[in-house]
Amino acid sequence: MLALKDVGKTYPNGVHALERFSAEIQPGEIIAIIGGSGCGKSTLLRAIAGLDRASTGSVTLDNAVITSPHAEIGIIFQEPRLLPWLSVADNIGFGLADLPADARRERIAAALARVGLADKAAAWPRELSGGQAQRVAIARALVPQPEVLLLDEPFSALDAFTRRDLQDHLLDLWADTRPTLILVTHDVDEAVVLADRVLVMRPRPGRLFEEITINLARPRDRKSELFDTFKRRVLTALDRSLDRSVRDVTDKSSAGEAMWW
Amino acid sequence: MTVDLPALEQTAAPRAAPARWSRVVRPALGLVVPVVLALGWELVVYLGYSNGRLVPPPSKVFETIVALAKSGELSRHILATLWRVGAGFALGVIAGTVMGAISGYWDFAKRLLDPTVQALRAIPSLAWVPLFVLWLGIFETSKVALIAVGVFFPIYLGVMGAILSVDRKIVEVGRVFRLSGPAMIRRILLPAVLPAYVVALRVGLGLGWMFVVAAELIGASEGLGYLLLDGQQLGKPAQILAAIVIFAILGKLTDWLIEVAAAPLLRWQDAFGARGGA
Repeated sequence: MLALKDVGKTYPNGVHALERFSAEIQPGEIIAIIGGSGCGKSTLLRAIAGLDRASTGSVTLDNAVITSPHAEIGIIFQEPRLLPWLSVADNIGFGLADLPADARRERIAAALARVGLADKAAAWPRELSGGQAQRVAIARALVPQPEVLLLDEPFSALDAFTRRDLQDHLLDLWADTRPTLILVTHDVDEAVVLADRVLVMRPRPGRLFEEITINLARPRDRKSELFDTFKRRVLTALDRSLDRSVRDVTDKSSAGEAMWW
Repeated sequence: MTVDLPALEQTAAPRAAPARWSRVVRPALGLVVPVVLALGWELVVYLGYSNGRLVPPPSKVFETIVALAKSGELSRHILATLWRVGAGFALGVIAGTVMGAISGYWDFAKRLLDPTVQALRAIPSLAWVPLFVLWLGIFETSKVALIAVGVFFPIYLGVMGAILSVDRKIVEVGRVFRLSGPAMIRRILLPAVLPAYVVALRVGLGLGWMFVVAAELIGASEGLGYLLLDGQQLGKPAQILAAIVIFAILGKLTDWLIEVAAAPLLRWQDAFGARGGA
């Protein structure tokens, strides 16, 4: 179980990015974190990943306190971040350096086939499309079979069709080993189609505003009325979260900040 | 990539022939001007419009090279020069790489060392010559030292700049996979700086060839630079031109060696772009 207790972050420049965030996340759960700009979503994710240390509170995974990157926690960023000097296959195997060569090759081949890129094994990253590159990134993160996979707006740079494809594909891959997924997103549709729970955050300082449980069976029909109902609920919560922050911060509110959709 | 090449030509069958033709012709085009000039001068001297004493025709230069080669002089001079460039280049590369890596990797070292190095860089390197001669004598040591100084700066700057510009996001991938310090250097930093490093090596080698001439003009009893000086003092322009031609060939050849040696390591970067341009 992943436990977040009073996680807060104040950057050295004085920016108070995240305040007392607490949550308990069960193994195999899919969590979507959504909110306007500056609500500390990415800060939170980086603290869970152990890339940045929280200023207050703690992140624990199965009773191990996370202060630096952990073998059981993988992360996928907004950009694929593939290593341009390694072939697609070697990129996927990047985290498997400790395995004997045979076992590594098998795992890589299986992962390549699983993400539908078996024919691209020898290709260089720059020969891939954006969607293909992100699939390689997903394979690279999943191939060491982490308990927890963090995703920081992983599909936001892709076009709508590719994004949908990859959302469905991610669920497929998730079903293989059922890791915990924690997904930061701007996209209400994405949150509702993927998550068991949607955590709506509000900005300045970032904190949890509302938690919405999506008890819809998978696979979810994006066109169903029930799906729309949940989307409306998330949208309403987001609206309220931003209204309230506008009232809190009396000096200025920029239109750009409110454009989370 | 070599496997893909014929495939590409097949798919572009109607264009393949002109493409191959232009691949031969385009470099050849660059030879037209020098060849025409050389043949023209040869003709001018042959027809007696000029005696070609100060500007000897190509045939005379070629004769000089052959004569030098036959007497065994040429290989002695070439080896002496190659040895100096090789030793100076090696020293400059080692010092430049180590210092550049330290300054690039460690901010404190950069603040401490970089201003001094930059100030030294501002000194025209030939200004060191009298001092090196005083300190290190007139023989090999001062020559190699001068070449090493010339090679050092572009390597230092190249390595430091390359390390400083390694993408933080890529380094973070290494952190996520919990690479140790040495593994981070071997698996992330080294491959990331390699393209810039190869460029720095080539620039450094070019400067090495420049400085060997300066070093050999200081006073040498052998080497291509000595051939230049000897040709000037004894009024043998053909010998000067012969030495210049050999300098050009050796410079190009050694540069090409670096390029060829690095090519398999940089395939991820170059291969596709080069092919796309053809």
